[in-house]
Amino acid sequence: MPASTSPASPPSFGTLALRWYRLNRGGLRATAIGLISLLAFLLVWHLLTTYRVVFFVRFINVPSPLAVYASFTKAIHDPKFLLHVLLSCRRIFFGFSLAAIVAVPLGLIMGRFKLVHEIIFPVAEVLRPIPAIAWVPMAIMLWPTNEQSIVYITFLGSFFPILVNTLHGMSLVDPVLVRAAQCLGARERSIFRDVYFPASLPHIFTGLTVGMGVAWVSLIAAEMISGQYGIGYFTWEAYSLVQYADIALGMIAIGVLGLGSSMLIRGAGQLVMPWRSR
Amino acid sequence: MSEIVVKAPQGHIEVKNFSLSYDSIEGPVEAVTDTQIHVKPGEFVSIVGPSGCGKSTLLNAVAGFLKPTTGIVTVDGEKVNGPSAERGMVFQQYSLFPWKTVRENVEFGLKMRGMPRSQRERAARTLLGLAGLEAFEKHYPEKLSGGMKQRVGIVRALATGPKVLLLDEPFGALDAQTRVIMQQILTNMWQRLKISVLFVTHDIDEAIFLSDRVYCMTARPGSIKAEIPIPLERPRQQSMMMSSEFLALRRGLMSLIREESIKAMGGELNDMGMQGLNIELHGHSLADVI
Ligand SMILES: Nc1ncnc2c1ncn2[C@@H]1O[C@H](COP(=O)(O)OP(=O)(O)OP(=O)(O)O)[C@@H](O)[C@H]1O
Ligand SMILES: [Mg+2]
Repeated sequence: MPASTSPASPPSFGTLALRWYRLNRGGLRATAIGLISLLAFLLVWHLLTTYRVVFFVRFINVPSPLAVYASFTKAIHDPKFLLHVLLSCRRIFFGFSLAAIVAVPLGLIMGRFKLVHEIIFPVAEVLRPIPAIAWVPMAIMLWPTNEQSIVYITFLGSFFPILVNTLHGMSLVDPVLVRAAQCLGARERSIFRDVYFPASLPHIFTGLTVGMGVAWVSLIAAEMISGQYGIGYFTWEAYSLVQYADIALGMIAIGVLGLGSSMLIRGAGQLVMPWRSR
Repeated sequence: MSEIVVKAPQGHIEVKNFSLSYDSIEGPVEAVTDTQIHVKPGEFVSIVGPSGCGKSTLLNAVAGFLKPTTGIVTVDGEKVNGPSAERGMVFQQYSLFPWKTVRENVEFGLKMRGMPRSQRERAARTLLGLAGLEAFEKHYPEKLSGGMKQRVGIVRALATGPKVLLLDEPFGALDAQTRVIMQQILTNMWQRLKISVLFVTHDIDEAIFLSDRVYCMTARPGSIKAEIPIPLERPRQQSMMMSSEFLALRRGLMSLIREESIKAMGGELNDMGMQGLNIELHGHSLADVI
């Protein structure tokens, strides 16, 4: 294109738009197909529920998309619904943040100091397979308030994925980079800060993403069992109160919140690791 | 340029009565045995030898990553006790920090020394300029070609003003053209900075072209088989590689290495067999054929 070779004349808007389109064609295509497939999903849902299809699975009581939309417009003006959402978000925030604040440094230290690894790893391996939900009764006994036990369960859910991935990242640090730092005069502290930590960051973020997913799973389960508030409790309560549209609304709200929080983590990862974005 | 301090001649490496064994299940594996080498201040010395003969082992001991089993390594009379910024190292594998830009990589050693930011930025820029890399200072290593990565690696190792520069087959992964350019750049920087260099390679032409002196090692357990001074005048040009002087040196080194390579690849080939090979190959080196 001649316009691109002469820097003297700024390219016209048309040329720019065309270039932008060329560079982003793949993304645009994916977005378009994604939208179409979401619309198709809604359409199938709509048809299945309006015709009350029974084919192994029974759609008799399943709310239609329109019914869910109606209850959504009602819910966003209902302070109680907003409180449910807010409280769930707060529990995720505290549980997940605590898990990250404890698990990441612990993993880094375990990866660097053999003795710490040898002491903590066996305990972690025994506790790790216990699903956070199985902790509910124990958590209620351990913590004085309901709120604390729910946060604790959210914490447990995200703790192990973060720890395991941080450890994995530490075990993959290229020893040549450590040597390179050493013969540039780096001491233990800067080797830790400038080599081990950044080298493990990609895996730490994998751990955070997985941990966030498990945090939501654990939170919803805990809220359904022992909560009085929260979007999980809202969903379960809707079932008891035979408000079927609210069940779907609760589910969709959980999905959207989960998606939003993992997007936040991905965004944070791109900010923290500029060398990995292309 | 004031940041790059040209020091009084120093960087005298001495390796005496050196041997190094690795521990393994079957007992100690002797990698290097009974070795003496030295590099005078400002000298460029290469080590060549067959694969697995212990070149890296020897270099890593000089760097301070490995402790000799017997013997001693000193630089300017001081015993080497561990890695330090006095001995810069360039590795065969690319070893730039992927999370640092080119300039941050070069600055790293200066930062470790506590140099203030503005000063080390200027020093890094000057050095990158010498290596023709100033346009890439803000790039992350991933975006660089192999040759550029190694150039940054050399610049980074030189930035702290080390007494000696150790290089372990730094151009092994590069194509022939890039290699030649890198050799030229390394020579230029070495001449400007008047630093001692210990260079490991298995490329005989490279060793002759770059060095003042070449050590040739025996097959494992490695020791020094021969020490060959390279009297070619400097500055050296690519065209010198066709000169009769160069070719004579090359032939001499080649036959030394050939003997050891054959030993390294299978000791059962006896002298008679080797002579047979000599006749058959007629003018080609074994290294070329392999
Ligand atoms: N950690 C180790 N444990 C046991 N043996 C080792 C170890 N490292 C190297 N060796 C052995 O010591 C010998 C010398 O290894 P070294 O890497 O120094 O050789 P090299 O001359 O650099 O070889 P190359 O040309 O392939 O790089 C080799 O035979 C190798 O198998
Ligand atoms: Mg080697």
